[in-house]
Formats: sequence, structure tokens, C-alpha cells
Amino acid sequence: MIGGAIQGIKNLLIGLGVTFRNMVSKPQTIQYPEVKRQMPKGYRGRHFLNRDENGLERCVGCSLCSINCPVGCIHVVAAENTEEHRVSAGERYAAVYEINLLRCIYCGYCEEACPVDAVVLREHYELADYDRNTFVLQKEDLLVYPEPNRFRVNYLGNTKRVNP
Amino acid sequence: MLDTAIEFLTPYSGLIIGAVKAVVIAVLLLQAVPFLVWLERRLMGRFQVRLGPNRVGPFGLIQPFADSIKLLFKESIVTTSADKFLFHLAPAIVVFTAIVAFAAIPFGEPVQVFGQTIGLWVANVNVGILFVFAISGMGLYGIVLGGLASNNKYSLMGGLRSSAQMISYELTLGLSALGVIIMSGSLNLTEIVESQATVPYILTQPLAFVLFFTAGVAETNRAPFDLPEAEQELVAGFHTEYSGMKFAMFFMGEYINMITMSALVTLMFLGGWNTYGLPLFPILAFVGKVFLLLCVFIWLRSTFPRIRYDRLMTFGWKVLLPLAVFNLLITGFVKIL
Repeated sequence: MIGGAIQGIKNLLIGLGVTFRNMVSKPQTIQYPEVKRQMPKGYRGRHFLNRDENGLERCVGCSLCSINCPVGCIHVVAAENTEEHRVSAGERYAAVYEINLLRCIYCGYCEEACPVDAVVLREHYELADYDRNTFVLQKEDLLVYPEPNRFRVNYLGNTKRVNP
Repeated sequence: MLDTAIEFLTPYSGLIIGAVKAVVIAVLLLQAVPFLVWLERRLMGRFQVRLGPNRVGPFGLIQPFADSIKLLFKESIVTTSADKFLFHLAPAIVVFTAIVAFAAIPFGEPVQVFGQTIGLWVANVNVGILFVFAISGMGLYGIVLGGLASNNKYSLMGGLRSSAQMISYELTLGLSALGVIIMSGSLNLTEIVESQATVPYILTQPLAFVLFFTAGVAETNRAPFDLPEAEQELVAGFHTEYSGMKFAMFFMGEYINMITMSALVTLMFLGGWNTYGLPLFPILAFVGKVFLLLCVFIWLRSTFPRIRYDRLMTFGWKVLLPLAVFNLLITGFVKIL
């Protein structure tokens, strides 16, 4: 009985020690609006379209992303490149490239399916907005590449469409 | 004109000083409650590896004031089936007894101001410990009546649990205090402190200290002994039906009781305002010790889960009480030798 009591008291003291160590350790809290979390590499946030080293669009309008999308949120209309009007390095380019962010489940299959590494999901996670129409991203929205988590937030916290 | 006034008031100077002291201490005590709430929330945050409230004012210091303003403006709901008179009376009893119990707590040696000797206490009762126990025991009525008057099964259960718990732990509290009383030979709190001028009783009565503090935590209905307000099975216990300022008054009572219990432990076991050679003002030493004990209260709350009701009773009657009796017998035996 005495042994049990000593064991119990020891356990209580161990518990107190754990909380005391917690107290002197640094809080885990990230004070969100002021301090933004650094997302890990490979975090699947908002979509972007890459350009190649010559400044041309990487997307060749093959629609593989659209076909692979489980929820069908990507809409691609391809067009032929001409000598005067060259948009991408391949034969064709995406004349229309839309992603509906409200429907997207951020699975990243489009990124995996893309043969030319054009569409990517990056670590931008502040995607809220007051206007539904802004969630259907056009090609111009996707081609900009703002600093992570610094885009589209004004002092009221409202989001805004950024022009490239 | 002034001379006549002074001449008229001189015989009543003791009365006036007493009244002023009472008001000052009551106001300070009530002011300490928001600070204590803030301290608890901040410290609990740190114990749980988070920050705690830090938005309202510097370090979140204004947070408890914002909360109390919110509570003031809340609608005071009284259920139709409630006993109106007792329902309104209960929180008042809790706060009243909590403040009155503190009246017998001294927190320093008498000081000389304008040729008057002013003791740093409201009342230097010669049975100080008994007075504090008696009055804080009466605070139980507030909780039981609150539970009874709400006419709600959860409240009633909370009130009943509270009364059973307080009765069982009050015994341990009194018996472990008896060890100190035997050692000092006095029931007066200032004399108890004076008898600890060289060695605090925590060194000579360590078992009594542990028992008294444990019973004190149970007496103030603090976690891990907060059975009367066990959220999981009793919603909020005795204050389920209370809202607005009446709800806040229950909490005021609880926090003032916490301060009183910490002050009592300080006076009886930690040597009160004796500094033991440390370069401190006596009153600061007292306040520092009380503050430390309050932090321990919060530390206990953030560490231990609530114990089951039957274990609470078993612990009180089969562990704490025999230990307290044992301690009393040993102390008496040593004293006689």
C-alpha cells in the first residue's frame, strides 16, 4: 500500500514536471494575421501556370490536366501557335485555361499529369473571397506568380484579384 | 471649524481607521479578481504551450475587464421554476463570505502612520483561524442554495456534491491546521506568524502543509477537485442556470477564496511576512508568497484531470483524514516531550 502511494505521488510529480516543462518552452501559437505560416515544400495550395526560360507559356494545351481532374474543375481550349503569334514552345497553346477553385479538391493530379510541368500547386493558402466569380481563375490569374501568401490581401483583410 | 471636527472625531479614530481599512481591503480584493483571472488564463495558456489572451490591451491585461463589462450587459435570466429569493441570494452569500473571510487575514506587522499604530489587517481576531474556517465554510450555503434554488437536476447535484465534498475536506483542513496551532500555541494568525520568525512551519510540519494545501484546493472547489462544476456530467454544476453578473459573482467568490486560502497557507506554513534574511519588504514577501501559491493552484489545475466522485470521497476520508489525525498525534506527542 505504501509502495503504491509512493508510486502514485511519483506519477503526480512527473505530471507536474511535464506541464512545467511546457510552461518554460516556447508557445506553438502562430499569431495568424500578423505572422503567416511558412508552408512546407510540396504543399498543395493555389494553382499557377509556369513559363519557360524564354518567357513563353509552358502549357501546350493538351488537356491532360482537365482529363485527369477528378472533379472536372479545369477547362482548357487549345489553339494553334503561328509564327507571328507564338505563345508556347510547342505546336499548340491554351487559348482558354480556367480553374474553378470552389470545385477543386487540391489533389494535385493536374500537376502530376502535366507533361510539360506547366500547371503547379504552390503554397498560397489564403483563398477566401467575397465574390464567387473571382474563384474561377482565368489564364491571366494563373500566370502571375506573387510572393507566397502576400497577394490579394488589403488592410481590411479582403482579397483582391491581382493583375499580372 | 476644523478643530471642532477633529475634536469630535478623535474618540472615533479607531472606528474610522477600521472602516477605511475595510473598504481599502475589500476594493483591493475585488480588483485582484480580474488580475487573477488574467493570470490564470495566461498561465494556463503557457502550461498548454499556447499564448493565452494577448489581444485586448498590453499582454491582454484588459481582457478580464472586457469580460466583466460583457457580463454586466448580459441579460439576467431567472428560470420560472426557480425560487426567486434564494436564487438571487446565493451568489451574494458566496461573495460576501469570501470577502468577510479575508477580513481576519493579516498581511504585515503594524505600521506607524501619524503617530497612530495601524495594523495591516481589518480585524486582528484572537481566534483568526477559526474565524476564517467558519466564514469560508458558510460560503458553502451560497453554493448549495444556488443549486437548490435553480430547480434543475444538474444544479442540485452540483450543490449536493459541493456540500458533501466541503464537509469531508473541512475536517482534514481543520485537523492539519491543528498541528500548526499546537506548535505555535495560538489561534491568532499574527502570533502564528511571529512564532515562525526563525523556521517556517513547512519545515517542521511538512505533512500538515501537504494535507492543508490539498484540502484547501478541494475547499475552494478548484481542479482537480472541482466536482461541483464538473462540465462533463453536470453541465456547469450549481451555476448552470446563472447568467450575467450573478454568474460572475460565483467566480468572484471562487477566486477570492483562492486568495484567502493562499494567504492562509502563507501565514500558517510559509512564515507569512517573515523574510528570512532576504532583502525584501515584509509585505512584499507576503504578497510574493501568496502569488506563488496562486500560481501553484493554476499549475495544479492545468496538470491534473478531475478525479472521480467516489475516489474523491475515498481520498478525503480514508487517506487525508487518517494522515491528518496521525500528524496531529505525532505533533502532540512531540510537544508534550
